[in-house]
Amino acid sequence: MSSEAKKVLTSPIVDNNPIALQVLGICSALAVTSSMANAIVMSLAVILVTAFSNLFISMIRNFIPSSVRIIVQMAIIASLVIVVDQVLKAFSYQLSKELSVFVGLIITNCIVMGRAEAFAMKEKPVVSFLDGIGNGLGYGAILVTVAFFRELFGFGSLFGVEILPLIQNDGWYQANGLLVLPFSSFFIIGLIIWAIRQWKPEQVEKD
Amino acid sequence: MSNNKETFGKTVGFVFIVCVVCAILVSFSAVQLKPLQVANKLLDQQTKILEASKLLEASGKDPKSIVATFNKYVEAKMIDLDSGEFIEGNPVLFDERRNARDADKSEKLENDPAGINRRSHDAVVYLVRNDAGVVETVVLPIVGSGLWDLMYGYVGLEADLNTIRSVVYSDHKETPGLGAEVMNPKWKALWPGKKIYNAAGEPVVNLVKGGAKSDDVHGVDALSGATLTSNGVTRTLQFWFGKEGYAPFIAKYRAANSNGGMN
Repeated sequence: MSSEAKKVLTSPIVDNNPIALQVLGICSALAVTSSMANAIVMSLAVILVTAFSNLFISMIRNFIPSSVRIIVQMAIIASLVIVVDQVLKAFSYQLSKELSVFVGLIITNCIVMGRAEAFAMKEKPVVSFLDGIGNGLGYGAILVTVAFFRELFGFGSLFGVEILPLIQNDGWYQANGLLVLPFSSFFIIGLIIWAIRQWKPEQVEKD
Repeated sequence: MSNNKETFGKTVGFVFIVCVVCAILVSFSAVQLKPLQVANKLLDQQTKILEASKLLEASGKDPKSIVATFNKYVEAKMIDLDSGEFIEGNPVLFDERRNARDADKSEKLENDPAGINRRSHDAVVYLVRNDAGVVETVVLPIVGSGLWDLMYGYVGLEADLNTIRSVVYSDHKETPGLGAEVMNPKWKALWPGKKIYNAAGEPVVNLVKGGAKSDDVHGVDALSGATLTSNGVTRTLQFWFGKEGYAPFIAKYRAANSNGGMN
């Protein structure tokens, strides 16, 4: 793999993270991070949609009339999202019952649209595909981190397996009610952004 | 980027082609995956009904064994809720949610404690037999408003149609950690043995805030921190076991089976 391809694939994970640096796609990061399983499935869905929408849009980038390009991108993204939702319903019914609404909302996820418009419209298909995977991974990394804290301290479990026995199950751990609620993700994402910028000060915006 | 020779005709043509390709992709996946999705939905329903009749441990979680157990022991039958009589009809095709939106197949409730707005004329009941072929459990579907949205579930009754075997929710949108504790096995374990009706035949089963007394045969602990969900569960149960719910069916069923040696 060439170094450029590698950079496209890995830089969105920390150096140019769509959530932490570009602050895109926050809305769904709030909703689906109450459990690890949800966060991972949602991340996979976003990786697939971003990668393939980038691929298809890049393949036809020279033919898209610029006056209707946003609509064309939307049509492709929306179709992919419906396909992902259908596949989820067919192969993972339990998760789709919880996630269906949010999978549908991938259409409005700024990351997908943003990569299509900013990257796939200019670059070649293969590298666009990798860029989509990279950005999906960056999104997923944040989602899984948030879900780790929310599920562990909000429900005392990870992947549904009990780690900290809850008081209502005769254990000792009083679940943190705040982490159960979606907006607690704001705090965790804020802390993650702070941690990343301590580590990589070049990400801090100049006044 | 795009070439500069953009004309109206070319733009329309391009959009048309994109639309056709996308439409083919979407419809192909929808049609191809439909059988799997239907099977999943049915399996989910059958799992919940087996759970409500306490057969799930015996069958295990394996899909094949769930379907086999369901087909062996469970008989689905349509009833008319007002008369309580069994009626002809295919229970597999019955869809309570669709009926409740159809003015011909449902009625608007005057008195609507469960907050469901319209109630279907018909319902499906599940008669669960033991190896000897005697009905041991009757599973009745229920629906009612919780805090955020309608909560769907099943109540498993012993053959006296008064003693609860289980209350199993299948579909809800309650707050995780609070109202969603209706799914907690410890809470579900409080239900077996509770009675729905008092001596006068009124449905008095209810959730008790602060904890039910140990000798309270009609009361179950409410969910802490989830008063509105708990009230919803109480109202749902009292509605469905009242005269606008399953009470006519239960009366007819008891009358029909009282000679059969079942008490």
